[in-house]
Amino acid sequence: MIDFTAMILTVGPELWLVAIALIGVLVGATLKDRFNSVSIKFGALALFAAAAFSLMNYEGGEAFNGLVRTNTFVNFAKFVSYVLAGFALLTSEGFLKRHGTIRYEYSLLILLASFGMGMILSAADLMTLYMGVETLSLSSYVLAAFHRDSAKASEAGLKYFVLGALASGMLLYGASLVYGFSGSTEYAVIAAADPSIGMMFGMVLMIVGLAFKVSAAPMHIWTPDVYEGAPTPVVAFFASAPKMASMVVFANVMFTMFGDVIDQWQLIICIIAGLSMIVGSLGALTQTNIKRLLGYSSIANMGYALVAVAAGPELGAGPLLVFLTLYVIASLGLFMGVLAMRRKGGMVEGINELGGLMRKRPVLAIALSILIFSMAGLPPFGGFFGKWEVLSAGVEAGLMPVVIILVLASVVSLGYYLRLIKIMWFDEPTERFEAVDGPVTITVLLAALIAGILFLFFISALSGWAGTAALGLAG
Amino acid sequence: MDLGLSHFLAVSAALFTIGVVGIFVNRKNIIVILMAIELILLSVNLNLIAFAVFSGTIAGQVFAMLVLTVAAAEAAVGLAILVVYFRNRGDISVENVDLMKG
Repeated sequence: MIDFTAMILTVGPELWLVAIALIGVLVGATLKDRFNSVSIKFGALALFAAAAFSLMNYEGGEAFNGLVRTNTFVNFAKFVSYVLAGFALLTSEGFLKRHGTIRYEYSLLILLASFGMGMILSAADLMTLYMGVETLSLSSYVLAAFHRDSAKASEAGLKYFVLGALASGMLLYGASLVYGFSGSTEYAVIAAADPSIGMMFGMVLMIVGLAFKVSAAPMHIWTPDVYEGAPTPVVAFFASAPKMASMVVFANVMFTMFGDVIDQWQLIICIIAGLSMIVGSLGALTQTNIKRLLGYSSIANMGYALVAVAAGPELGAGPLLVFLTLYVIASLGLFMGVLAMRRKGGMVEGINELGGLMRKRPVLAIALSILIFSMAGLPPFGGFFGKWEVLSAGVEAGLMPVVIILVLASVVSLGYYLRLIKIMWFDEPTERFEAVDGPVTITVLLAALIAGILFLFFISALSGWAGTAALGLAG
Repeated sequence: MDLGLSHFLAVSAALFTIGVVGIFVNRKNIIVILMAIELILLSVNLNLIAFAVFSGTIAGQVFAMLVLTVAAAEAAVGLAILVVYFRNRGDISVENVDLMKG
């Protein structure tokens, strides 16, 4: 007999999201344009509810005959991803309204993408993993091209689609080989299977596909283009929730499915991590578009996170969650900062246009400075502690070369982070900035508060939660 | 000559390679890229079915049905984005997808 209560609790947040999205389709078809503005709040509320729902069964469980299995490790990531997706959705209303592209499909796509994130996080089977990855990706392609009258946005969507489909194909081909050589699509059975050459080949192809999804070098080429071309609220979403979810899924796949053969993939992950840090830090130095710069910075940060993955489940899982949580909060805050700066006729996107922000909008400038310092990993701010945890996990696992690259890349990255600070604080203002809508400013300030001060109150708790959450992997 | 698993795997690997190379070598038309992506997904299907038949498990066949469904969805989304792109640029040659660089 199937235990329906336990099953519903396990897949509850995902069922809830997909149900809300489908109801949204019906309501949108009936109300048409009257639903556009409401759907944003409606969707954000549904996401926050899903986040709360994922805490209700935090310990996790199993559903659909082992296709879905959750534990504290993935439920932690699920909670953070849903909350961030909710904020990303809530803050996009003003931007979409000004550009005349506010349509209810936007909220529904974010809901479906979040559903995909929940699905890959809960996956305990290659089929669930693939379907989740595609749900997330297909929604993301459409979101990237959401400004359909903009040549840049449609080009971003096209590039994202072509490269994303290639990466999904690689992931799928790898999955088919892993299935063939282990005889099952279940993570647990694959983990117990004899690691043959064919299975390792499949594993490498799966790593390639997953590395693309987290935009790690050398599969990063799409990131700067998509970040520059896609509408800013969409990029704020891409840079926060799916980053968290994909990276935790990457770790989950490596830890639970290939945990016993860590010596086979540790070097691969280390090389990917090192390359990402180098490409991200050096690439960002010459950028003049702030969204593009943040794209390169996210590549470098994914490299830092991969160091924690390479450290293995015992050492790396907790630090990975701490680092990612602090990173995605700062990342969302920074993109909200980009959203908050507006001039006559358009958004501020060039770095030099930030000049004199300190004199014109001091509160925003201070908030952004805190977020930038936190992302650069300077000691008094939150990002430092995330990087510290990753660094010590790397040292404990004995991955010295990649740890040295991490330190050097952090120093290089200060070059472009401090350039932003210098322009904001000391350069002459060019034109006046216009006022922006409430939710955006509130989110920037909230993120800056968390990165600047509030993290002090929960950093030890966060490490504790992340530590116990990581224990869920073993159970 | 008996048709073994390795024959199917070889054909599938060849199809996969043609698909991947097709994406990179092709300099003309984006529609050809969409066809190459379909080829990759079909090679995976062949892989899954062959493995399912030779290992006697059903999971591969179920997986192949799901992949077919996703392939259809992917083609629909890809073509829709292509139409949007064509409306903005009036051209779908790969060489001209270069608004953003660096």
